[in-house]
Amino acid sequence: MAKVKGSIIVDRENCKGCEVCVVACPTDVIRLAREVNGKGYHFAYMENPDACIGCANCAIVCPDGVITVYKKKKV
Amino acid sequence: MTKNITADDIVKEENLVYKKTPVLTDNVMHYCPGCGHGTAHRLIAEVIEEMNIQPETIGITPVGCSVLMYNYLDIDMQGAAHGRAPALATAVKRLMPEKFVFTYQGDGDLAAIGTAETIHACNRGENFTIFFINNGIYGMTGGQMAPTTLPEMRSSTSPYGRDVKMMGNPLKITELVARLPGTYYVTRQAVHTPVNVRKAKKAIRQAFESQKLKKGLSLVEIVSNCNSGWKMSPVQANKWMVENMFPFYPLGDIKLEGRLLNKE
Repeated sequence: MAKVKGSIIVDRENCKGCEVCVVACPTDVIRLAREVNGKGYHFAYMENPDACIGCANCAIVCPDGVITVYKKKKV
Repeated sequence: MTKNITADDIVKEENLVYKKTPVLTDNVMHYCPGCGHGTAHRLIAEVIEEMNIQPETIGITPVGCSVLMYNYLDIDMQGAAHGRAPALATAVKRLMPEKFVFTYQGDGDLAAIGTAETIHACNRGENFTIFFINNGIYGMTGGQMAPTTLPEMRSSTSPYGRDVKMMGNPLKITELVARLPGTYYVTRQAVHTPVNVRKAKKAIRQAFESQKLKKGLSLVEIVSNCNSGWKMSPVQANKWMVENMFPFYPLGDIKLEGRLLNKE
């Protein structure tokens, strides 16, 4: 298990479901949801939250800046 | 002993590693899903925040998809007539030389209707920065052929592919202006992967830094996608861009500190 653990918060209503973050994630955490947001887009969410390492790759490629990243060292 | 960390333990202010910069407003961008414009806007906003120059920055918006850029960046901005952003930026910079001035232009704006303004502003060596978003197509008006459209590339006005015999050759305007004596820093970047985003941000930072030196114009080209115009999904469009755009528009610095790097 990785020594650091991360978590992301996706602004669901502003996500446009472009899937760029899904491809950018090195640990395959993010997927697009089956349900849609108010604009009809399949928003991104953490399918596999335990694998997130908080690298922020998803956030820096997000064209709409809807991802906030948190990271914590394991004790 | 490791105890299980839940999401609530991680999502705390002290663990924050990345959030949207306050230089960007909360308005939702009107760009298509996956469009590189959003990333480019965010990078410019992040660099402005890092350099702490938000009150001293003036942006010039083009005509094209990014015409409404002033809705998304919380800085002073001015709209220019189609293609005339470098001319307006020249005026702004000459009147207020202590401000940081940049233009943000697409390929239809900078390389087609605004070619004269671009080349002359670069040749005069005005001290502002041009951000040039190149997606090889007129995105806003429906995917027509632009001067930067690749040979054999399909667009709505070249449905059988661009025939260079009839429609002319694509214009590498970045290489063109790099050869002019007035430019100080010319580079080509992309924003489709995390690595490229980090490099592009460095380039944008360097462009703003070289504006401080008052040695000439800096131009950052960002090769971007237009998934709606190319009629692909965002991920497919990025892949297509890597396979087709990058061989013709190779990434990297073209002119550094006023010195042309010897590569084609």
